[in-house]
Amino acid sequence: MSNKRKELIVSAISNGTVIDHIPAGKVFQVIRILDLEISDKEIYFGTNLESKKYGRKGIIKISQKFFQPHETDKIALVAPTATLIEIKDFEVVRKNNVSIPERVEKIAKCFNPNCVTNKENVPTKFKVLQTEGQIKLSCHYCEKTTSQNNMVFF
Amino acid sequence: MKNRSLVSINDYSKEEILQILEIAAEFEKEPHQNLLNGRVIASLFFEPSTRTRLSFESAIQKIGGNVVGFSSAATSSVQKGESLKDTILTVSNYSDLIVMRHPVDGSSRYASEVSPVPIINAGDGANQHPTQCLLDLYSIKKTQGTLENLDVTFVGDLKYGRTVHSLVIALCQFNAKFHLVSPVELKLPSAVKRHIKEANLQYEQYTDFAEVIPKSDIIYMTRIQRERFPDPLEYEKVKNAFILENKMLENSKENCRILHPLPRVNEISIDVDDNPKAYYFEQALNGVYVRQALIASILGLK
Ligand SMILES: [Zn+2]
Repeated sequence: MSNKRKELIVSAISNGTVIDHIPAGKVFQVIRILDLEISDKEIYFGTNLESKKYGRKGIIKISQKFFQPHETDKIALVAPTATLIEIKDFEVVRKNNVSIPERVEKIAKCFNPNCVTNKENVPTKFKVLQTEGQIKLSCHYCEKTTSQNNMVFF
Repeated sequence: MKNRSLVSINDYSKEEILQILEIAAEFEKEPHQNLLNGRVIASLFFEPSTRTRLSFESAIQKIGGNVVGFSSAATSSVQKGESLKDTILTVSNYSDLIVMRHPVDGSSRYASEVSPVPIINAGDGANQHPTQCLLDLYSIKKTQGTLENLDVTFVGDLKYGRTVHSLVIALCQFNAKFHLVSPVELKLPSAVKRHIKEANLQYEQYTDFAEVIPKSDIIYMTRIQRERFPDPLEYEKVKNAFILENKMLENSKENCRILHPLPRVNEISIDVDDNPKAYYFEQALNGVYVRQALIASILGLK
């Protein structure tokens, strides 16, 4: 199948951002953490699409949307393989792999119910750990690690 | 260390740990010194811990300080719903240093970020208890003459025992070899083992206690709590497998010493108490010296 036809599986957008190379199975989580469920923008998505690099992948295209750093940090934690492609007038103006931040603040909850961030009005702070291909968040306060499947985002 | 909080044992470098232990040795020789000269130290126990509180308050008073504070949240404004931040800011008006014990994990780190005066963590939930770790290190150094290259055996609840976690992590700086004896349900968490691996050190795990005793320089005993087992039958099965009895020490090394953070229930049988290798009661006394050393260092008086 040609690249052109493959692109067409999910409609093209004129202006906005494409999140490509999302691990299959993470598309819905990415939609959730970015609050796309309540967005009024035009959104296309596909999952379990064929990918040379990853076997199966997911893709999301959002019209009129360009992400801020705190949003790309969230994407990186859930879908570390993702590529962000910014499109203006049907042209790719920027293409970046998301980079996994060293530290994140105020974007995710600590999974430890007895953590001070869940008991008092304290914003969360984590160091991002990468062990054996897994991303984990190490809490600055309670020192416990939150694994990927326990991550809850604000 | 002057004006710096101590929240987690990881906050101190190896050199800083050794420096505290040296100052503690001076206090052991001369426990009464009027260094604080009336300075006020707050002792905030948001949950009761009589043992730790008395050790701190004794340390403060032996070096001439005064104590203000409370011994449980029930007698403080916390009960009226005051935030931790407000309590800390208020108390810092009246004190030069705050010692705090709190049931919430990470509360001490947070307090150290909002407090204008230094904080000493006397236990934050299941997280850290660095002065216990310092007194353990002091006890090991004193009985072994060194902290380097020791065979250290940990026995019992290695999963939930925060004193075990902190001590393992601290000993990673001293080239220890770790022997871990526990029921499978209560093995050392992988987050702690990660520190051992990162330091390129060795650990071995056992479910049989007896075979490791002759190898050990230090045997660090802990209590296995019934409530850690969802199935009471499982608890009954393991509870007697990790009890130290005097006859088991027959083939132990001459320099071997038994440590325990106390309180003990039945994991060290009382016939061990008279063995010269039992060190757990002296260990508790060492807590006063390391707390004196810590307070004096943070206030810049040593
Ligand atoms: Zn936490």
